[in-house]
Amino acid sequence: MSIIEIHNLHKTYTDTSVPVKAVNGINLSIKEGEFTAIVGPSGSGKTTLLNLLGGLDTPTEGDIFIGGMNIKNLTSRQLIDFRLHHIGFVFQSYNLIPVLTALENIAFIMELQGLKKLQRHEVAMKLIKKVGLEGKENFRPGELSGGQQQRVAVARALASRPKFILADEPTANLDSHATEELLNMMADLNKTENMTFIFSTHDKRVMDKARRIVTIDDGKVVY
Amino acid sequence: MITGISWRNLWRNKLRSLVIIAAVAIGILGAVLSDGFMEGMMDQRVNAAIDNEISNIQLHNPDFLLNNDIIYAISQPEQYLEAIRELPQVKGVSQRIICAAMASTAAASAGVTIAGVDPEEEEKVSQISKSITLGAYLNNQQRIPVVIGKKLSDKLGLKINDKLIVTLADSSGTITYGAFLVSGIYQTSNNLFDETHVFVRAKDLGPMLGLTNQVHEMAIALHDNQATQEVFQTLSDQFSSQIKNQKIDIKTWDMVEPLLKSMIEMMTFFSYMFLVIILIALSFAIINTMTMAILERKREIGMLMAIGMTKGRVFLMIMLETFFLSVTGGIIGLLLSYLIVSFYAQHGLDLGAMGSGMSYIGYASTVYFRVNESFYVASVLLIGITSLLSSIPASIKALKLNPVEAIREIN
Repeated sequence: MSIIEIHNLHKTYTDTSVPVKAVNGINLSIKEGEFTAIVGPSGSGKTTLLNLLGGLDTPTEGDIFIGGMNIKNLTSRQLIDFRLHHIGFVFQSYNLIPVLTALENIAFIMELQGLKKLQRHEVAMKLIKKVGLEGKENFRPGELSGGQQQRVAVARALASRPKFILADEPTANLDSHATEELLNMMADLNKTENMTFIFSTHDKRVMDKARRIVTIDDGKVVY
Repeated sequence: MITGISWRNLWRNKLRSLVIIAAVAIGILGAVLSDGFMEGMMDQRVNAAIDNEISNIQLHNPDFLLNNDIIYAISQPEQYLEAIRELPQVKGVSQRIICAAMASTAAASAGVTIAGVDPEEEEKVSQISKSITLGAYLNNQQRIPVVIGKKLSDKLGLKINDKLIVTLADSSGTITYGAFLVSGIYQTSNNLFDETHVFVRAKDLGPMLGLTNQVHEMAIALHDNQATQEVFQTLSDQFSSQIKNQKIDIKTWDMVEPLLKSMIEMMTFFSYMFLVIILIALSFAIINTMTMAILERKREIGMLMAIGMTKGRVFLMIMLETFFLSVTGGIIGLLLSYLIVSFYAQHGLDLGAMGSGMSYIGYASTVYFRVNESFYVASVLLIGITSLLSSIPASIKALKLNPVEAIREIN
């Protein structure tokens, strides 16, 4: 069953002297439980596509259906709520809240969702274990390695119980060992939890782990 | 958790936050101490004026205040006396005969105001008897005694038991001379008063002026200054016919000395203005600090908006940070102010050499600080308002942030 349906998607940036067609007529369908890597050269439109999928940017043309809902029709306030409840984000630079501990970073998104403190703590502890950071729950991001921080970011993305996780170049700042560990962990979550992962990446190691690779160039899916 | 994040964010750059907290604390300290000093100074001036010069309420012949001529007296003062004394708020009533005179010794002379009083009645109304530094206060056993201020004694070279000659005009306008023996020398916080006011017994002065059963002033002292308006109203109602017939005029201390009241209002106004100016100046520093803090955390705030934090929560987070920054400084400032004000309220601040100059214009050389509770409350409210307003520019900056641009910066 498709979790994401993209129809004739276009995004043109007009704030430059020459309009830039970052996404130029993409049609794509992503099924629940897929482990998909979106690959392509720099400037090919990977990040723009991910931003559009995440409801962070609005398409110039075309439709994006997530779980059957066309997110193009949502207001900006509804989009914030939609992102909070349906989409998990993992960023290249981890982007954890530096003043919160690992556990609090994970629990924070659940607070935004309105969950009770006890429930937040319980879920966050489970996720800490799931991403292999038991004993590090009270460490602040600055006290964790890059790989560990990215695991916390994955746990935070999972904490909102999203329909899918968007990860933009998640291994770009990690060494090979940390990359391997992170990819194994995400692959494991994909298998055991049936969690849908969509990556944008240049990294060969990510491509090797992916079960589906979508290559885009000049804003179009090439294969 | 947003409250916790805001509080912890405050300490991400400790030095920067501490500088602002210290600035707010010092600003508030300055404003409160300045108010404490001014209020204390005015309190002492008002108390001295009430205790030594004016008392709480005065009754006069309406023309006396305009002209100060001794012919404008209250006749048969006993018709008012009993009614006034019956009021429970009244501590004492002093009937005074007042005239202008030239006081002379062999060496020098000076213009003075002579108050002829009943020593016992006057003792209940004014603090002159308690301000005697040499000799004794007026009593009925002495022969033609006079109590003079220290400043006048220095000016005329008078000592205890020296003779003071006074030249004055009696009720018929005839120049009369009289001699008094200095029985006591008093000293108040008002040098000018000390130099120009002498006290004698009414029973000595009245015959010299040719006045019988007449007084120029009935000074009423109350147990509590707060009751002034109430007693004024009661007396005004009770003596309404005499007031209507222009036989007497009743005035409260601030009606007798409107300048004093204006000065109190002006000082209060300046205190609040000073506080507001300090807070406006501080708000610029707070705005600058918060804007810098937000610009440094642009990516983080963009990420928070991307993962689903609403603009309202972002605004709340920044507002709370600004609030904590201002209020922490404010609390420290107010606590320090309270301690220092309490210390100087008890021990007083000796103005030293400057104080002697102050006493020429009626102010004490040692100032006992006082700060109204309302000033503390106003400070707290204004700090809150300042923090709220100061958070707006930084919040607007954060709210204008586009999560996509933030993510582009991230990646």
